[in-house]
Amino acid sequence: MKRMNGCLRAGLILTGILFALIILGFFWTPFDPTAMSGAEKLLPPSLRHLMGTDSFGRDIFSRVLRGAGTTFLIALCTVAVGAVFGTLAGALTGYFGGRVDAVLMRLNDALTAFPSMLLALVLISLFGSGRQNVILALGIVFIPSFARVTRAAYASLRDANFVAEARLMGAGSARILFVHLLPNTLSVLLPALTIGFNNAVLAEASMSYLGIGVVPPDASLGYMLSEAQSMLASAPWYAVGTGCAIVLLIFSVGLTGEGLQRRRGEARYA
Amino acid sequence: MRYAARKLLTLLFTMVIVSLLTFAAFSLIPGDPATARLGMDAAPEEVAALREAMGLNRPLGVRYLSWLAGFFTGDLGSSYSYSSSVSALVGQKLPATLALSLLSFSLVVLISIPLGVRSVGRAARRRTDAARTAVNQLLMALPPFFTGILLTWLFGTGLRVFGVRLQLFVPGRLPAFSVHPGGFLLYLLFPAVAVAVPRIAMTVRMLHSTLLREMNQDYVRTSISRGSDRAGVLYRHVLKNAMVPVVAFLAQTMAEVVAGSIVVEQVFSVPGLGRLLLGSIGSRDWPVVQAIVVILAFWVVLAGTVGDLIAQRLDPRLRLGGDRR
Repeated sequence: MKRMNGCLRAGLILTGILFALIILGFFWTPFDPTAMSGAEKLLPPSLRHLMGTDSFGRDIFSRVLRGAGTTFLIALCTVAVGAVFGTLAGALTGYFGGRVDAVLMRLNDALTAFPSMLLALVLISLFGSGRQNVILALGIVFIPSFARVTRAAYASLRDANFVAEARLMGAGSARILFVHLLPNTLSVLLPALTIGFNNAVLAEASMSYLGIGVVPPDASLGYMLSEAQSMLASAPWYAVGTGCAIVLLIFSVGLTGEGLQRRRGEARYA
Repeated sequence: MRYAARKLLTLLFTMVIVSLLTFAAFSLIPGDPATARLGMDAAPEEVAALREAMGLNRPLGVRYLSWLAGFFTGDLGSSYSYSSSVSALVGQKLPATLALSLLSFSLVVLISIPLGVRSVGRAARRRTDAARTAVNQLLMALPPFFTGILLTWLFGTGLRVFGVRLQLFVPGRLPAFSVHPGGFLLYLLFPAVAVAVPRIAMTVRMLHSTLLREMNQDYVRTSISRGSDRAGVLYRHVLKNAMVPVVAFLAQTMAEVVAGSIVVEQVFSVPGLGRLLLGSIGSRDWPVVQAIVVILAFWVVLAGTVGDLIAQRLDPRLRLGGDRR
């Protein structure tokens, strides 16, 4: 076990705290996130309402907790879709090479020509909005980046001695790919996962902000920000609280990723 | 020269693939555009006539080629929901997006390169390193639409700080460039900053580690042992070598800046391609969506190719087909 660096430790602690808060938010929030209260409209942050209330008298802290949960879940599912299919594609093409590899790499080049946000918009306009479609669209958008990272790792390990030995001992391709090679790609895969997660949070929040992602009653942080923008003059704390939640989430996971990359001893950029 | 020719060929090839993918994706959408335009209770003869007029009865391949040719002749068909041609609509909205992306990109280049170089010029200390990492990660975590909202709040809503009214622009009222160029640029400066901040942080971080790795090379030690000072070697030799991966990264930044402006245009109500794109997705106006997607993707591919050509100028080894280090 390599030593933890400061970055990784700080990142893991922060992420852990946020994760605990988000889990808590699924079961308990200080107030009902959708309950309106005529008497407590547009209150600035106080001890009773940590982030104040909006123009319907809803408690913003409770809404942020619940919204962060939605954003978190979607980002997690998105990364799962992208990572599983991307790793599979990268592993197969990197290990076997050949013509399929060449064709898929060209396709990959063409796909990276679309800014990820643009590709997500195209897919969403094909599928329609809603929670599952956002996950599907963003998951597909993230496949190429995972495929590229794992393909490079697999291609560089393909001719390693331990692989040749495993082959000599009669191990099948599937076993070599996932039992012998996969653990050796973790040092590149883990940072890629944190970067992917952050991109997913950002993309989901952007799309929901634009009104084509997750739609109420599944209020995500992005949708809440668009709501907050219309109350900017009367309740700026709504936008600030919601936005800071997004920033904090990305910051902690980003710090963890930075720590993981430093532990590997070499910076690599996404 | 052969390198440039090969790059241009790849550029054309990628553009064809990009347009083919886009065209294919939108051809898959169920529903007949002619029916969509005339309404569900239109007479079948009318629909058939419109299908013929829109060229929908031609084979898919022919439709693709004539559509692709439209990017050169300027005839991209007509919008479903506006009674004007796609090229007129796009042409009207293109300048704002172009100006916003270029402004934002210039901010990234002009701010991040000096900052990145400075961060290496001085000897690293542990405390400052930790602080820099924290600030850097924090800036990277700032989503452009959130920064944008904060900027509109501070400078757009007439907020008073110590009795001073900070209003520098009125959201939703972008002055025309021809009438008031200064106001136009000032307005766009805010969305450009919102898009640029996280990219600046990323570029500084990348430049910092690239420069540090380069400073550990043997030729740097040789040069210093022969009496050059650290800063001199940095500016005379290291910077040029370290720029190669940075140029590639900046080309990618162009893509992110374009994507960022799609979202940020909405925050600041900038009448650009991003807003047109979102509106057209909302009204299922596919010809407009298709055209914008392809134009933005072409722009990104073009930026990538220019980046490759500049990198090759900086590192002649690339011309011989060598890999980037």
